[in-house]
Amino acid sequence: MNKKGRKQTVAIITHVVMISIGVVMLYPLIWMLFSSFKTNVEIFGSTALLPAKPVWDSFIKGWKGIGGVTYTQFYSNTFKMVIPTVLFTVLSCSLVAYGFARFRFRGKKILFMLMISTLMLPNSVLIIPRYILYNKLEWLNSYLPFSMPALFACYPFFIYMMVQFFRGIPVALDEAAKIDGCNTFQLYWRILIPLMKPALFSAAIFQFIWTWNDFFNSLIYINSVSKFPIVLALRMSLDATAAANWNQVLAMSVLSLLPGTILFFSAQKYFVEGVSAGSVKG
Amino acid sequence: MIKKKQKKWNNIGYLYILPWILGFLIFQLYPLGASLYYSFTEYSITNTPTFVGLKNYTTIFTEDPLFYISLGNTMKYVFMSLPMKILAALIVAVILNQKLKGINFYRTIYYIPSIFGGSVAIAILWRFLFMSGGLVNQMLNGLGISSVPWLSDPQFSLFTLSLLSVWQFGSSMVLFLAALKQVPEDLYEAALIDGAGRIHMFFKITLPMITSVLFFNILMQLVNAFQDFTGAFVITNGGPLNSTYLYALKLYDEAFKYFKIGYASALSWILFIIILIFTAVFFRFSEAATYYEDGGEF
Repeated sequence: MNKKGRKQTVAIITHVVMISIGVVMLYPLIWMLFSSFKTNVEIFGSTALLPAKPVWDSFIKGWKGIGGVTYTQFYSNTFKMVIPTVLFTVLSCSLVAYGFARFRFRGKKILFMLMISTLMLPNSVLIIPRYILYNKLEWLNSYLPFSMPALFACYPFFIYMMVQFFRGIPVALDEAAKIDGCNTFQLYWRILIPLMKPALFSAAIFQFIWTWNDFFNSLIYINSVSKFPIVLALRMSLDATAAANWNQVLAMSVLSLLPGTILFFSAQKYFVEGVSAGSVKG
Repeated sequence: MIKKKQKKWNNIGYLYILPWILGFLIFQLYPLGASLYYSFTEYSITNTPTFVGLKNYTTIFTEDPLFYISLGNTMKYVFMSLPMKILAALIVAVILNQKLKGINFYRTIYYIPSIFGGSVAIAILWRFLFMSGGLVNQMLNGLGISSVPWLSDPQFSLFTLSLLSVWQFGSSMVLFLAALKQVPEDLYEAALIDGAGRIHMFFKITLPMITSVLFFNILMQLVNAFQDFTGAFVITNGGPLNSTYLYALKLYDEAFKYFKIGYASALSWILFIIILIFTAVFFRFSEAATYYEDGGEF
């Protein structure tokens, strides 16, 4: 076999392997999607991927929720929790990143190192005292435990990512703006923020999906069903239905992943850019 | 005059990082100190903390078998899932880096599980897939293999949870891929001229060039794996026979089920110190092994 032919064969084999891995990885998700249209008997009765006779009532019945609280409520709760958290994160982290990236002040290096080291601070060691603190502040059973840390830039990962991005923007731009009489905030808001869009988007998307799926914190801070975000509702439905209504649980699980999926596919490039930006230089 | 103005301009920087300074003090430093203090007290939210010295710690080490069980499970879980995950991420990234067509497509596909992996929906899915009559066993039966008690046998349960973690290798893979792209092409060309083989090149060029990302990945995954909760809580709830009772579940039970705040704080500090030791050892090790092109200057 000549060299070119051999190269082609290798490429084909590689593609076959990669596609096979992809299929194995995505099959569970695809199975979940199709199974939510199956009857309960069929879900565990057959290995066929496609439902023999698609049913919709899993969605309709599942949506009715638990204890008189519907998924309309759970959805709106989740948005009430996620939206302020995302907005605050983007705003505060970009301000802090701007401070770190564009000013030279005493102690900056130490503060920056401190900020980075909090990346390693395990949540488990903070969660108990935070719970006590929020209890005293009467923040429990509200969404403030999510939005307030965001308002105060407690997400070092995003700050770091944005600092890296700021560094990629030429300082000459700042100088020109200064000469034109911009103050520091005008420089940030009018000149740099528009250029930061990719970084801001990727932080927003990550924070949206992370907060949306944040089970541990929701479990601890939210305790009345009427305030449950979707993740807690799902977990409760799993307990409540014990055996019978698998397709409803699956249907609601599918719906819970929908906003994140839409976001992921509509803003894919920001995702990969965001993940890569954070680490490569470090 | 200009210098003064410049200095004034620079000092405004403090104002911009002020949100983080406050956030750090209120939501990180204060809790850290508070939990250390609580760990030396008996405290159950309703009463005020009373100082008991090292009592919580001695109880944990001498009278709490579940502490050792949960710690052992967590260690097993970490050392089972982490190498598989990192290895999968690295291998797939290296293959994708071979100027393969459709790399963006593959990258997207492999990345999807990482996005949703930690969600309850996926935990539920995992439970359904690996139930005794679930899809995985149905497929095995179809191939003539008898069912495996994935979740109901203590021998397999922790492994099944690890699979959920390995399935999410995508985020590490994306980082590896970005690092691999930074490796200068001419290094490979030079090696080719010297007649080096592919495997030789991987170990002599690729691996040394991406060590910093490799260590970053391992460290982040390590810190996360030690604290994993959702899977073990939703899929198996610690069972069967405590075989998936991870440290985070123990912590949750003591703190938020029994409200033994002091005791749970001591547990959280033990975990924190274990993670710190791992991190420190790891840093020592990685410093010796990492190659920085720019000398590591910040």
